Amino acid sequence: MHLSEEQLVWYRYGEAKGAAAIGEHLAACATCRAAYQSLERVLAAVDQMPAPDPGENYAAAVWQRLEPRLQQCRPAQRDEGAVRSLTLTALFATWRRLALAAAMAVLIVAAFLLGRFWPRPQTVARQPIPEQVRERILLVAVGEHLERSQMILIELANANPGPQLDVSSERQWAADLVGDNRLYRQAAARAGDPAITAVLDDLERVLLEIAHSPSTLSGGELERIQRQIESGDILFKLRVVESKVRRQEEKPNGL
Amino acid sequence: MSRPEIGRQEEFRLLVEQHSRALFGLAWRMTGNQQDAEEVVQETFLRAYRSFDRFDGRAQPGTWLHRIAVNCALDLLRTRRHDAGRVELQAVGSDAGDAVPARDTAPGPDRLLLSAEVQRRLTAALGRLSPTERAAFVLRHYQGCPIEEISRELRMSENAAKNCVFRAVQKLREALQPLL
Repeated sequence: MHLSEEQLVWYRYGEAKGAAAIGEHLAACATCRAAYQSLERVLAAVDQMPAPDPGENYAAAVWQRLEPRLQQCRPAQRDEGAVRSLTLTALFATWRRLALAAAMAVLIVAAFLLGRFWPRPQTVARQPIPEQVRERILLVAVGEHLERSQMILIELANANPGPQLDVSSERQWAADLVGDNRLYRQAAARAGDPAITAVLDDLERVLLEIAHSPSTLSGGELERIQRQIESGDILFKLRVVESKVRRQEEKPNGL
Repeated sequence: MSRPEIGRQEEFRLLVEQHSRALFGLAWRMTGNQQDAEEVVQETFLRAYRSFDRFDGRAQPGTWLHRIAVNCALDLLRTRRHDAGRVELQAVGSDAGDAVPARDTAPGPDRLLLSAEVQRRLTAALGRLSPTERAAFVLRHYQGCPIEEISRELRMSENAAKNCVFRAVQKLREALQPLL
């Protein structure tokens, strides 16, 4: 029995489970040793990628460009919440709290999606800039939701069915995503977009299945989830929808 | 400008002096080109300045800035994802194609050719990584971050972070193995 590629990678990075046993196996098995040496050559080549030197005066140049902008972005103490809301990072840091305020989020997100994401025939009045910024961030959030959903599905779709698989973190993750997904699905349905509604509906069913699964899956249970993912071709559909959202996101003015 | 404001800016200027180069290196690894790396560095300091009052010194300034830079780079990569396949790694002041320095002082023509091909394939393979794969790989390989830290920084499960790093290594391996 040879070592898997994954074992070799994590051994190389010092994070393999049973590192001592892997080391012993490598010492004894020429095939695995050759595979490991090959991996090391690849990563050594990556190490040789030249790190550029931005120059001795780089910090001074950064400061020169930065200084005039600092006075404009100085936040008032009471504005910290507003500033925080402008960063995607913080948006996700507050995601759980937003989920707790779900009723409010439904109104905000649905209004956003209804009004902006799916075009309506009537002319929309010009929005002030802060509104556009907020909408752009929300578009990014929709894209992120789809990307994160894809990641969890890919993770499970590619897991090896063994006797037991710990999926406790995936369960929690799926449970977090279900609430967000519901908001987007409802908004899509109200906006009269059956294609996107159907994809989000499929996604929600899979997420619920994962969220309600035991924290440790047997091989059979994992295969059932994998079949559910594969049968609806949901990963492909998600990529299509995400691509549509990203295109919206990349348009000038965010929409 | 008020006196406290001047003091605050001076304090911040020291941070810029101390950390600009390291942040540039990180940003370059994550974005793959100088222009984007410089944009990430600027955006990192702007975001940092906005929350400078909340930075109470409990964390190391380098760690704090590093986290902001990772997020800025991720945001940039995501907004430019449609161009991800065309990301070119460029050395400062040189052409991308001949940027890998060979270890030998006088490499032969065969070795130079091989180096250039390795560089070309590596550049292409890095450009094909998804933003999260690339971020996770850079954090693991170049920054030496453990998986637990990567999962925290990228706000994903540890399994997902491991998968990202592993997929990145697999892709790089597929691209380079035939040559090495």
